[in-house]
Amino acid sequence: MTELELAGQVVELVRRAGGPGAQAEVVVTRADLALTRFANSFIHQNVAESTVGVRLRVHVDGRTAAGSGSVVTPDGLRALVERTLTAARLCPPDPAWPGLTPPTPAPAGGPVDEAAAYADPDERAERVRAFVSAAGGLETAGYCRTAHRSSAFANSAGHTAHWRAVEAAMDGIARSGGADGVARLCADRLADLDGAVLGARAAVKARAAADPVELPPGRYEVVFEPAAVTDLLQNLSWFGFNGKRYVERQSFAEPGAAQFDPAVTLVDDPLGASGLPFDVEGTTRKAVTLVEAGTTRAVTHDRRTAVEAGAESTGHAIAGGATVGPMARNLRLAAGGDASPAGAVPGAWTPGAVADPDTAELVAQVGRGLLVSDLWYTRVLDPKSLVITGLTRNGVWLVEDGVVVGAVRDLRFTESYPRALAPGGVLGVGRVPVRQPDRVDGVWWEAPPVRLASWHFTGGASG
Amino acid sequence: MSGRSPRVGCVSEFDAATAAVQAALDAGARYADARVMHRRYESMSARNGEIEELTQDESVGLGVRALVGSSWGFHAVPDLTDAAARDAGRRAARIAAASARVPGPSVDLVPVEAATASWASACEVDPLGVPLSDKGDLLVDATATMAAHGADIAEGLYQIWDTAKWFVSSEGHRVDQRIRECGGGISATSIGDGETQRRSYPSYRGQYGTTGWELVTSLDLSAHAAQVAEESRALLTAPLCPAGETDLILGGEQLALQIHESVGHAIELDRILGWEAAFAGTSWLDLAQLGTLRYGSELMNVTIDPAIPGALGSFGFDDEGSPAVKRDAVREGRWVGVLAGRDSAAVAGLDYGGSVRADGWARLPMVRMTNVGLEPGPHTLEEIIAATDDGVLMDLNRSWSIDDKRLNFQFGCEIGWEVKKGRRGRMLRNPTYTGIGPLFWRSMDMLSSETVAWGTPNCGKGQPGQTGHTGHPAAPARFRNVRVGVRA
Repeated sequence: MTELELAGQVVELVRRAGGPGAQAEVVVTRADLALTRFANSFIHQNVAESTVGVRLRVHVDGRTAAGSGSVVTPDGLRALVERTLTAARLCPPDPAWPGLTPPTPAPAGGPVDEAAAYADPDERAERVRAFVSAAGGLETAGYCRTAHRSSAFANSAGHTAHWRAVEAAMDGIARSGGADGVARLCADRLADLDGAVLGARAAVKARAAADPVELPPGRYEVVFEPAAVTDLLQNLSWFGFNGKRYVERQSFAEPGAAQFDPAVTLVDDPLGASGLPFDVEGTTRKAVTLVEAGTTRAVTHDRRTAVEAGAESTGHAIAGGATVGPMARNLRLAAGGDASPAGAVPGAWTPGAVADPDTAELVAQVGRGLLVSDLWYTRVLDPKSLVITGLTRNGVWLVEDGVVVGAVRDLRFTESYPRALAPGGVLGVGRVPVRQPDRVDGVWWEAPPVRLASWHFTGGASG
Repeated sequence: MSGRSPRVGCVSEFDAATAAVQAALDAGARYADARVMHRRYESMSARNGEIEELTQDESVGLGVRALVGSSWGFHAVPDLTDAAARDAGRRAARIAAASARVPGPSVDLVPVEAATASWASACEVDPLGVPLSDKGDLLVDATATMAAHGADIAEGLYQIWDTAKWFVSSEGHRVDQRIRECGGGISATSIGDGETQRRSYPSYRGQYGTTGWELVTSLDLSAHAAQVAEESRALLTAPLCPAGETDLILGGEQLALQIHESVGHAIELDRILGWEAAFAGTSWLDLAQLGTLRYGSELMNVTIDPAIPGALGSFGFDDEGSPAVKRDAVREGRWVGVLAGRDSAAVAGLDYGGSVRADGWARLPMVRMTNVGLEPGPHTLEEIIAATDDGVLMDLNRSWSIDDKRLNFQFGCEIGWEVKKGRRGRMLRNPTYTGIGPLFWRSMDMLSSETVAWGTPNCGKGQPGQTGHTGHPAAPARFRNVRVGVRA
C-alpha cells in the first residue's frame, strides 16, 4: 500500500469512528536512512534503518489530540485512530483550533536522485575511504549519510499531497596534533559528495591549525566560515523567527524594522534543495524571505500561530510544534556580489587556514581579527535578546593586515546574535554559499563566509 | 515478561530477535545481538491554564547488530515477522562487511555472563493508567495559578515512557525488561523590555525517574506555582549578578547538570577513545592516568550506579545484556572508572562494560550515562551558606555549554542570591559561572548530604542522533574562587 493510500485509510477510519464532524490530518512517511560513521580513520559504526511512521492529529467535539505509530497493519492503524480519538475526547476544549488546510494544488514533483535514495553501504564506505585517504595520514572522523523519505499527507477536508525527498551528506574532520580541520557538505545527489575533496580540505585546515597560541578574551573582528555561520542561522530560526516565540513576545523580531545590516538577506527556501513541499498540516511550502537587505520581513508560522498573529501559515508546522513553535529549517543567507571570486584575492594565496578564495577575499580585508571555522555547543542565555554562549571549534586563526599569522586556541564567546548582525555589523558577505547538513536529514543551512565587525570572546581555552 | 504484544501476525518478540541473530550469523557474523523494543510515549503540555498539546506515540521494531571480522553493522526494521527479522539480520551482516572497506583494529568483547532474565522497574501507579483528565487538570491548575500570579507565559509539562524490550545475543542472552519512566514540571516566564526571566519547579521541563505517576504526585506542582511565578517577575527588576571571582554555592539541580556535563560525558570511554571525535567530541581524560589522576577535591566521590531504585538512568541490564552493577568513577577525588561497553572496554584493556544503551529499536546501542552522581557530603545547604562570608548562591539551570573535551564550561542559572556574612541576601538576575572542569572540582570544599537523584531525559549523543535518559544524584555544594557574572 502506498503512503497516500495509507493516509487516506486513516482519514477514513477517523471518519467512521469519530463521526462526520471529526477532523483529521495524517502524515505517513516511509524512510530509508543510512549513516556510515568513522573515527580513528576506520569505520566503527555503520547503520541503516527502514522505518514507517504514521502521524495523526484529530479535532473532535472541539478538542484536539495527536498520536503516532509505527504499526501499519489494519489493526495497528485502527488502534492508533481509537486511542487518538479517545485522547481528544478527554482533553479540554481547544478554542484556538485553526482548522484544516483546504484542498490546495500540490507542487509538481522534481527529480529525485535514485542513487542517493538507494545507496548501498559500499557506496558510503567508498566515500569514507576517499576522505581518509585524502587526509594524507592524518587521523580522521566523521560520517557519510544518505536519506530517502517518501511522505504523503491527507486530511478530512479532502487535501492530499505526496512527495519523495533524498539527501546525501558528508561531515568529517582531520586531526593533526590535537588540532582539527573540518569539511561538510549537504547535497541532492550522491555523485556530488566527493570524499577526497572534503578530506583534503579538512586535512589542510587541520595542518594549519597546529601549534595554536592562546589569545586574551575581548572583542575581535571575525570572519566566520560557512560552518560557523550555520550556527547563527539555526539560532535565529529557532528563537528569532519562530512564530510561537514571536506571538509570545519572546522574540526580538519586528517585521518592518531595519534590525540587520543591509548586507543580510535571509530566505527560508525548502524547495531550493531536495525537501518536502508541504508541512505536517499540509500547507504548501515555498520560499519565505525573513530578512530583506537588513529589514525583517516575516516570521515563520503554522496554522495556529498564524491565527494568533493575524497572518497566514507559511508552511512551517512540525510535529510537536504546538509546544516548540514553527521554525525555518532550510535557511539561506544570500551571497554577496557575484559568484565568481576566483582571482579576486590580492597577492599569492594557497590553501591553508584559508581554504577557498571566497574566504580569502574576506580575510584579506581584515586589519586585526580572527578567522573562525566552526562554533560549538551554543546555548541561549536570554531568548529575547538572543544572547548566546558557545565556543569555537575546528580551527581559529589570528589575522593581521589581511594575512593569517598563526593558529589560536579555542575561545568562548557570549554574544547577542542580532546585535552582532545589526546595521554596521556586517563588513562583508562571501559570494559562494555552501550548504551545510543538519543533525537531522531534510534540514540544512546554507551560507557563504561572512565578516563581522565585532564578536565578544569572553574566555580563553584555559578559562 | 507477561503480557504485552501490540502486534498481530508476528512471531513472539524473542523469536523475532532470535531469527535476526541467526540470520546474521548465517550471513557471516561472528557475533550478533538483537533488540525488539516496544515503546509507548505520552506527553501533555499546558500554557496559561489551557492544554497546549497532547501526544501519544507507539513504536515497535527490531534492531540487529552484527560483527563480521572486526567490523560492525546495524539494521533496524519496524516489522517483527520472521521474514523481516531474518532480512534485517542479513542486512546488518552486509553492512558490517562494507565497514571492512575502511578497517580498524581487531574488535573483541569483554566477557559477560549470558543471562536469561526478566526485570521491571518499580511502579506504584501506572502513569499511562492515570486518566488523561486528571493529568490535564493538574497542568491546567498549576499553569492557571502561575498566570494569575504574574507570569506572562505559564507552562506545564509531563512526559511518560513505557518501554518493553527483548534482547537476544549469539552468546545465549535472553533478557526482557519493562521500564516505566515519567516526570514533569512547571515554568513561569516573565517578559521585560529587553529580556525574559524564567523560574521553574522542580527544574526546567521537570524531574524524571524510573517510577510511576507517584513521582509527579509527590512534586505537588500546584503548591509551588505561585512562588515560581512571583520570582520570575521579581527577577526582571533584580540586580544583575556581579562579575568577578567569588565563592559559588550551587543548588543540587544545577550540580546535577554540572556532573552530567563535566564528569559524566568526560568519563564515557567511547569519547576517550576518539569514537565521538567529529561530533560529541573527545575527553580531556587520558586512560594512562586512570587510577592516578586528581579529578577533584577529596569530597568528590562519583559513582556509576544503574541500580538506584527510581533514578532515571536505572535498568536491570544494559542493551548489550550486561547486568546493572555499581562502580566508582571518582573516589576521594581520584579518577578510577569509566562508562564502557563491551567492545570499548576491550580496546581499553578494562574488564567491564555495562553502560551501553540505545534510544529505541532503530538506534545502535552506544556508551551512555546511567546514573552518574555524587555521594552525599557531610554538610547541609544552610551550613554551607552560614560558612560563606562572601559569595553567590545559584540554582536551576538555564543554559549550559561546554567544549568538546569537556573542560571549558559556562553555565547560566535561573536565579541567584547574594551571600554575605553567612546569610542569603538579595535576589540576583542572570547569574552565570564559568571554569575549567578539574580546577572547578578541585575547588569544592563543602558538600551537602541533601541528595536528590535528578533525572535528565534529554541527553543528546550519536549520529544518527539519540536521546538518552540519565540520572544524577547530587546535593548543594560550595566551590571557591569561581568566575561569575559573564555576559555579552
